[in-house]
Amino acid sequence: MADLTTDFLGIKSPNPFWLASAPPTDKEYNVRRAFEAGWGGVVWKTLGMEGPPVVNVNGPRYGVIHGADRRVLGLNNIELITDRDLQTNLDEITRVKRDWPDRAMIVSIMVPCEEQAWKDILPKVEATGADGIELNFGCPHGMSERGMGAAVGQVPEYIEMVTRWCKQYYSKPVIVKLTPNITDIRKPAEAARRGGADAVSLINTINSIVSVDLDTMSPHPSIDGKGTHGGYCGPAVKPIALSMVSEIARAPATAGMPISGIGGVTTWRDAAEYITMGCGNVQVCTAAMTYGFKIVQEMISGLSEWMDEKGHTSIDDFMGAAVPNTTDWQYLNLNYIAKAQINQEDCISCGRCYAACEDTSHQAIAMSEDRTFTVIEEECVACNLCVEVCPVENCITMVEMDAGTVDPRTGKVVEDTYANWTTHPNNPSATAAE
Amino acid sequence: MADRVFEPGVTAGRLDPAAYEAHFSDLHPPLDKHEAVVAADRCYFCHDAPCITACPTDIDIPLFIRQIATGTPDAAAKTILSQNIMGGMCARVCPTEQLCEEACVREMAEGKPVLIGQLQRYATDHLQVQGVHPFVRAEPTGKRVAVVGAGPAGLSAAHRLAMLGHDVVVYDAKPKAGGLNEYGIATYKTPDGFAQGEVDWLLKIGGITVETGRALGADLSLEGLRAKFDAVFLGMGLGGVNALGVEGADKDGVLDAVDFIAELRQASDVASVPVGRDVVVIGGGMTAIDAAVQSKLLGALNVTLVYRRGRDAMNASVFEQDLAASKGVRIVTHATPKAVHGNGSVREIEFDYVGDDMMPTGQTLRLAADQVFKAIGQTLEGDALPDLEGRKIAVDTNGRTSVKGVWAGGDCASGGDDLTVTAVAEGRDAAMDIHADLSGSV
Ligand SMILES: Cc1cc2nc3c(=O)[nH]c(=O)nc-3n(C[C@H](O)[C@H](O)[C@H](O)COP(=O)(O)OP(=O)(O)OC[C@H]3O[C@@H](n4cnc5c(N)ncnc54)[C@H](O)[C@@H]3O)c2cc1C
Ligand SMILES: Cc1cc2nc3c(=O)[nH]c(=O)nc-3n(C[C@H](O)[C@H](O)[C@H](O)COP(=O)(O)O)c2cc1C
Ligand code: SF4
Ligand code: SF4
Ligand code: SF4
Repeated sequence: MADLTTDFLGIKSPNPFWLASAPPTDKEYNVRRAFEAGWGGVVWKTLGMEGPPVVNVNGPRYGVIHGADRRVLGLNNIELITDRDLQTNLDEITRVKRDWPDRAMIVSIMVPCEEQAWKDILPKVEATGADGIELNFGCPHGMSERGMGAAVGQVPEYIEMVTRWCKQYYSKPVIVKLTPNITDIRKPAEAARRGGADAVSLINTINSIVSVDLDTMSPHPSIDGKGTHGGYCGPAVKPIALSMVSEIARAPATAGMPISGIGGVTTWRDAAEYITMGCGNVQVCTAAMTYGFKIVQEMISGLSEWMDEKGHTSIDDFMGAAVPNTTDWQYLNLNYIAKAQINQEDCISCGRCYAACEDTSHQAIAMSEDRTFTVIEEECVACNLCVEVCPVENCITMVEMDAGTVDPRTGKVVEDTYANWTTHPNNPSATAAE
Repeated sequence: MADRVFEPGVTAGRLDPAAYEAHFSDLHPPLDKHEAVVAADRCYFCHDAPCITACPTDIDIPLFIRQIATGTPDAAAKTILSQNIMGGMCARVCPTEQLCEEACVREMAEGKPVLIGQLQRYATDHLQVQGVHPFVRAEPTGKRVAVVGAGPAGLSAAHRLAMLGHDVVVYDAKPKAGGLNEYGIATYKTPDGFAQGEVDWLLKIGGITVETGRALGADLSLEGLRAKFDAVFLGMGLGGVNALGVEGADKDGVLDAVDFIAELRQASDVASVPVGRDVVVIGGGMTAIDAAVQSKLLGALNVTLVYRRGRDAMNASVFEQDLAASKGVRIVTHATPKAVHGNGSVREIEFDYVGDDMMPTGQTLRLAADQVFKAIGQTLEGDALPDLEGRKIAVDTNGRTSVKGVWAGGDCASGGDDLTVTAVAEGRDAAMDIHADLSGSV
């Protein structure tokens, strides 16, 4: 069986599955049970300043976008950081870390953007024996109105400044958790690196309103008739997070910086994808909140089975493997030509491919009287829409055209060479290929 | 319809070859990948899932279904097989409608359970066709265990013991290993030599020697085994059958249903198995249903299953009863055999209609019969066995018998219902207790 042991910033964990800072990691009771269930590590629910803790709403905090069968696709929350006393949390962290030395224990922190506030809390966190800290610069609701969370994460200078304080007053690894509520994710990542961060983790939640109650005219979740935007997470955010991760992994200023991938990790496959995109591990919140801690068993068995199948003996074997294949649009090969092909044996004649192509794409599917659907190669631009809307997996496939054959759509011979937009004659700023 | 179905008497080849082929192929064709993923998607991944509680071997059903849903059927198979080494057979023969699927929350909610049995088959088949055996033996312990009976109980115990590093010798009286998996289960539940294939696959763990044609009470004695081995597991099932005990029961054509079923399972060509035009089966359990259904599938024209109580008291599940009815078996209830008539061979069988108190009502029923199959229960055979409880070997929850160093499980042991899956569970649990005993941890 493949070895899932992960070494992230020198912090070892038996597998790359950590629970993200959120309700699953809110207290000793949860975290002990999470470790018993097999989680490799946790980022403790974000701690705030000493003194009276924050107060959460006492009505609904969650709203959800459901798929078929009420599957949770996207989760929206308006919860704040921990609403429990600082010392209670610190004592619990100390005890759990002592009893579970082989699991990663990271403490998430959010205190005001003042040096003293950080100077006060960091030694206390250090004393717990936890393996590192994560700076919550991401929470997009409530805390951001108080100048913390995403309010800091949206200003690279603040990120750099606070990170620097943390490196100064804390001896162990510092992870900066980024907010996706920003135009260019590379900027805060660069700032974190400048401030001396050991790693970045992303994403925190995305500003969201999941729905409006059409009777009360209040956004969901509704607190006494009023709602506010919350933070969106769960399977729906994975593509956004994965893209942001790829930007950081690719950008020269941040390349090579350790990344902890977060956002919609629901199965082993999601985790594997994040790792191929350069992440050293993943963090999970919504999947655990939907299915319970036991979900990690599938993640562990699935990842190790896939690694065995591919001959990967360790996480490092495939970490970042997809990064070199992630590029800018302008470098995609325009001489690569494919055509959709419908396997008539698998086709159930639903006509979805036809509707999609005829109404919204390139009118490249023909429908006969007896409901036989065939691709018109003269029209097909290989957009992939039919493949994705067809209810039968692999019924429609994209078939690459061999070099030397003629593309019936353009009448041109398919060339063997690589040629992208930078050299294309239609590009006004084209430069000749070197 | 071929003419030969009307031919009186007991004869083979009543149907044309295509009909036999269709009749004895898979009852539930396997799910393909797409169907499996669609079926798996319906599982809610329940907490402390009721389906697990309902499974005698405690398979982690939500986990294995999620493993199928996430594209790792081999991991799913390992989840199943680590609890139930005969997960492949159980997927085919378990009365899921009375076990996991009855407990499924979607059965409660919609009357449509998640297809747990078929998903289990999908996963185990996926692994087993690759010929992969997913478990490895622990370091040899030097301890030796004798297992009597190569049925599900014995083989499950043997596998677990071998995995834990013990050397196991399995003795079976019959020429082939497998027990009722090989000689009893209906043909259409386990076609294409699955039972034998599963035994071969199971034995790949190593450390198990199977000696067939060796019977306790004949060339083996319990005392002898105790002297030679560190522990003994008895899993010899129920070899005997109850007698009919009515006038004329010794006439030709009055047969044990299990013998008829075994003949059918062992036939190289089902068309060669003779069956009567008029068949009467007596009993209300799975054996009775299987004998009746398979008689019908062999081409018997009239098959009547006669049971002494009401339908709800039958051991066979509603699914099994409906299956029989759908194949054209007539089910008669509240009737007990009174006499078998005929001149040398059975011609007719006469029943008393009885009330709920089993007392004759005075009304009778006579049915034409070329064959009468008795399926009124099997019994434990043999003497010099450990103490009995009722008619089975008394065991505690760990399978320990009254004799030190001797465990028992499966149909021959007290408690539990007589199902393949229960036999597997009891064999496994006894093996764990034997292991604890041999490792000196109890
Ligand atoms: C016709 C029929 C249909 C059935 N259908 C189903 C079904 O669909 N689903 C289900 O769950 N259950 C079914 N059952 C029940 C199921 O088959 C049994 O519960 C299960 O096989 C019991 O396993 P076992 O290992 O205890 O005994 P068995 O399977 O009976 O195995 C006992 C083994 O011990 C051997 N043996 C016996 N005596 C000796 C001896 N003295 N020395 C050495 N070896 C000996 C036998 O040859 C046999 O191989 C059916 C039973 C019958 C009879
Ligand atoms: C209810 C809830 C509370 C959260 N609280 C915190 C928090 O205190 N600190 C933090 O850094 N992130 C918090 N998050 C964000 C998660 O840690 C995580 O970044 C996000 O949910 C994306 O991961 P997911 O798609 O696996 O849920 C919270 C998320 C949820 C749903
Ligand atoms: S999940 Fe638990 S705490 Fe939340 S509303 Fe339901 S019962 Fe209350
Ligand atoms: S969408 Fe797929 S199944 Fe439906 S008609 Fe098109 S090819 Fe056939
Ligand atoms: S009870 Fe049904 S839905 Fe729930 S875990 Fe079991 S199979 Fe899935």
